[in-house]
Amino acid sequence: MIKTLLAQVKEYKTTSILAPIFIVLEVIMEVFIPLMMASIIDDGVEKGDMKHVVFMGGCMIGAALLALLFGVLAGKYAAYASSGVAKNLRGSMYKNIQDFSFSNIDKYSTAGLITRLTTDVTNVQNAYQMILRMFMRAPFMLICAMIMAFNINARISLIFVGAIIFLGIALAIIILKAYPVFTMVFKKYDHLNASVQENIGAIRVVKAYVREDYEVSKFKRACENVYHMFVKAEKLISLNMPIMQFAMYSCILLLSWLGAKMIVVGDLKTGELMSLFAYVINILMALMFIAMVFVMVTMARASAERIAEVINEKTDLMNSLNPIYEVKDGSITFENVDFSYHKDPNNCVLEKINVTIRAGETVGIIGGTGSAKSSLVQLIPRLYDVTAGQVKVGGIDVRDYDIETLRNEVAMVLQKNVLFSGTIKENLRWGNKEATDEEIIRACQLAQASEFIEKMPKGYDTYIEQGGSNVSGGQKQRLCIARALLKKPKILILDDSTSAVDTKTDTLIRRAFKEEIPNTTQIIIAQRISSIQEADKIIVLNEGKIEGIGSHEELMAKSHIYRDVYASQMKGVDEHETK
Amino acid sequence: MKKTSDRNIQKQTLKKVLRYIKKYRGLLVLSILLAIVSVILTLYVPILIGKAIDCIVYEDVQFEAISSNLILAGSMVGVTAVTQWFMNVINNKVAYQVVHDIRKEAFRKLEVLPLKYIDTHSQGDIVSRVIADVDQFADGLLMGFTQLFTGVITLIGTLIVMLTLDVAITLVVVVVTPLSLFVASYIAKKTYRMFKLQSETRGEQTAFIDEIIGNEKVVKAYGHEKEALEHFDALNEKLAKCSLRATFFSSLTNPCTRFVNSVVYAGVAIAGAFTVLSGRMTVGIWSCFLSYANQYTKPFNEISGVVTELQNALACAARIFELIEEEGEVPDSQDALVLEKAKGVITCKEVSFSYVPDKKLIEGFNLSVGQGQKVAIVGPTGCGKTTLINLLMRFYDVDKGSIQVDSLDIKALTRKSLRLNYGMVLQETWLKKGTIKENIQMGKPDATDEEILAAAKAAHAHSFIKRLPKGYETIITEDGGVLSAGQKQLLCITRVMLMKPPMLILDEATSSIDTRTEMKIQSAFNRLMEGRTCFIVAHRLSTIQNADIILVMKEGKIIEKGNHEELLAKQGFYSKLYNSQFAG
Repeated sequence: MIKTLLAQVKEYKTTSILAPIFIVLEVIMEVFIPLMMASIIDDGVEKGDMKHVVFMGGCMIGAALLALLFGVLAGKYAAYASSGVAKNLRGSMYKNIQDFSFSNIDKYSTAGLITRLTTDVTNVQNAYQMILRMFMRAPFMLICAMIMAFNINARISLIFVGAIIFLGIALAIIILKAYPVFTMVFKKYDHLNASVQENIGAIRVVKAYVREDYEVSKFKRACENVYHMFVKAEKLISLNMPIMQFAMYSCILLLSWLGAKMIVVGDLKTGELMSLFAYVINILMALMFIAMVFVMVTMARASAERIAEVINEKTDLMNSLNPIYEVKDGSITFENVDFSYHKDPNNCVLEKINVTIRAGETVGIIGGTGSAKSSLVQLIPRLYDVTAGQVKVGGIDVRDYDIETLRNEVAMVLQKNVLFSGTIKENLRWGNKEATDEEIIRACQLAQASEFIEKMPKGYDTYIEQGGSNVSGGQKQRLCIARALLKKPKILILDDSTSAVDTKTDTLIRRAFKEEIPNTTQIIIAQRISSIQEADKIIVLNEGKIEGIGSHEELMAKSHIYRDVYASQMKGVDEHETK
Repeated sequence: MKKTSDRNIQKQTLKKVLRYIKKYRGLLVLSILLAIVSVILTLYVPILIGKAIDCIVYEDVQFEAISSNLILAGSMVGVTAVTQWFMNVINNKVAYQVVHDIRKEAFRKLEVLPLKYIDTHSQGDIVSRVIADVDQFADGLLMGFTQLFTGVITLIGTLIVMLTLDVAITLVVVVVTPLSLFVASYIAKKTYRMFKLQSETRGEQTAFIDEIIGNEKVVKAYGHEKEALEHFDALNEKLAKCSLRATFFSSLTNPCTRFVNSVVYAGVAIAGAFTVLSGRMTVGIWSCFLSYANQYTKPFNEISGVVTELQNALACAARIFELIEEEGEVPDSQDALVLEKAKGVITCKEVSFSYVPDKKLIEGFNLSVGQGQKVAIVGPTGCGKTTLINLLMRFYDVDKGSIQVDSLDIKALTRKSLRLNYGMVLQETWLKKGTIKENIQMGKPDATDEEILAAAKAAHAHSFIKRLPKGYETIITEDGGVLSAGQKQLLCITRVMLMKPPMLILDEATSSIDTRTEMKIQSAFNRLMEGRTCFIVAHRLSTIQNADIILVMKEGKIIEKGNHEELLAKQGFYSKLYNSQFAG
């Protein structure tokens, strides 16, 4: 994991190294200041040498200025390095996600990926900056100050060792106790978040079933939980400062007591004692910082792991080594295809599928809920790879094509129709970046969308909100169909894409397709028999297996499932006609 | 102008926050007292140590005096530590309790807000108000409690003590104060602005990621990866720049304050040296000064940091209060009646309704539905069936006229009792996170297992539920997760089967349930509909023909009303629709 993250430092190596170097220089300057102070007292005041006092005072200010300069530089480089690394992390993750296959995507949830790209990266960025600035600073400060102190008087400096051990143990206990509580708190937070989100999204359900009180009490409980945990964790963390202060003053007191004795015998000078006081603060603060960094890093560790997971995720859909860049025609062949989402041959959603579709044919697919209709067609543009067997387009295995080439020739209108924020035109140009206005209008006419678009105040420049929330379901579907048409594909797949379009428009769309793009192979998944009745071929799927293939008439004769479906949908009409 | 109004808002928000805090004023006063005690003790310790040092330097080392001073100092240190801890704990408690109260209030509000508010605000925005803003507010509040009090008290205390010790050197320290103030406030301001910019840019990027990754499958299917990547890279670069500036400015704080500290320290050292040499001050007092000088500059940074943080917190609080103060649904009137089991006679009298005033939807609409009658709603997609549900279930109130159930105006009934009399099966499936059983039980929390089983069997849901890994205890997510669209709908039907409400609103959704399953459901549906008043969004000809009343809707308006024969005879929209869809 650390290796993966370090690899992302890339062009920010120099700054990552410069930052700690300047930190070290800053610390050195700071360490000198108490030493100069001692000199003011012992060489200046005690001997009455005013010149020395002024000189040393000047040196102190000089050292302070240098420390400021180094500190600012360190801050600058650390900022460069940490924000740069964050950028690289986001970039690498995003790029890798773009290479994900559908099954890779299925593994992560959208929310999960977004958290990784945002919150997790921020956590790691902060931790990285902390590491660059504090991880060097604190231990180095600790060591320097210790050396200085021991230099002044080794015996009395043993107090520091005692203080460090005491404080170290105390901090370690606090962190060890508080850390698990904090991780629990974060998890509970997710629940809280989810609970609010769900309640807003499903507010009508809550209200319709009169569940307000229940939901409020549920939320209250979740809230209460978070509250108690927080108070518990903070109670522990609150111990930090008092303990720190206690350690500091205890040291000062001990120093005063022992120092007094040593000064009497002449083992220590007053000025030296004063600088030892200053080092107490330096040393203990450094320890405090180490503890803080430690906490931050452990908290960022979870984030780092989640990021590394995405970066290291290997796409399981590789482009072929010698890809073919041309799709000959729109013929499709399934040969003994088995397919499982989990690559588990014993648990296939599709089994032994054999179908041949000639170029230019219109094929309807019908089948019950969960009969794997969508899974079947998703194999054609290679959104997933088959588990066994072969899918061929234009006579060649789909795995031998360049993925982009293949997908450009196979346009698919997914069951879940999605539009993106942007104008209608921009959305349609997803299908073809260079499409002219005429081409766009024509595609919309075919998809029976031009009429409602032209009625909109801004026509084709109407802005679509995220998720297409400002157009109706049926309009969305028609726009998606137009988008697919603009690709001028050899194969067009409509996965239940006219479900929200009324029957009349549905008929018009099909008629337009038949007349205007007769050479495109069309695959239509539908629930309504009227949508596919006129297809050249109809496939009846049942629980992942083909139950029957044939024309409407053939299936009426041989498939009882098809007959049942037909009967159920036509019942009303028949009744009416016999009336 | 804008500044003053900003101020005003801040002031008002502060007042509101104080109202919440008021409940805990006892604890707060205690916390302030503790703060005062701990500051006084902290300030007194250096004086004692200074005295002890003077004992060494000037008076031939009186060990007794030293030890008594040090023992006193030691006990004070101990007491300080304890008071500090108590203070922290109390502050935590108050801060989180206040936040807890506010969050509960906000959530309760969500449940009574009119749907209009939720329909017109983005979900993400509301969630971030209840979660993220409240959090930010908590952080600010906590910092305010712990650091602002102690900071100010320490500052004042230090100044007083220094003045009593030596006026001249105190002046040296005070002279540096403006520098310290200037540096601290400059950095704080810059940092605040940069962080705001950073969070705005981050928001922009998150929105983009949300849209693209959320629909990654479409992006892939259209080979749009390259363009999306370019866009992402540009945003990423921008964010990195903002982030760089933000982190840089915030990292200036430490070196700058250390610098100011050092300057003060050096100043006191030099000035002190002169004073000691001239014999006006002892070395011990000088050492006191040095440690005060250290303490004196620290609160400035804390205070200025806290002020920005508090401003931030207030901004967040303002957003939360906006939500909390949003007008809720008109509460049920005091004498609102509880509708027990309704007969199901529904009357609309001169009903007018629109979502936005300038776009009239329904005007002067009259309808009377007898007990057990079926009303079919017919019309093209997006014709406005949601509007009808909104009015019937009183998610929205009518603008004019009235809707009556069993001759009672629904405004005179409690909303809860009204809604419990309706059962709904719609195209969008309404599931919530929880077990299958919990979802089914929603309309009737006290249903027994037998009842649930019977309902599931009647809705033909039992067979698939049985096959799930944990049966009725399988946990499903909000969007149904592992279930197919059809299965989700079956669950919703089960739910209504269990409730057996006197009035039903059904959507004959044909799109996600395959026709064979649908046939099975139809028989169950028919059984359920028997004797109940039903509104059916109809797709099926038989349903429409058998309906007692047909409402033809188009673009949100009810354009025709009558039974099948009447409407056909009218030769209007219905007959056109009928001919194109079923007869053609």
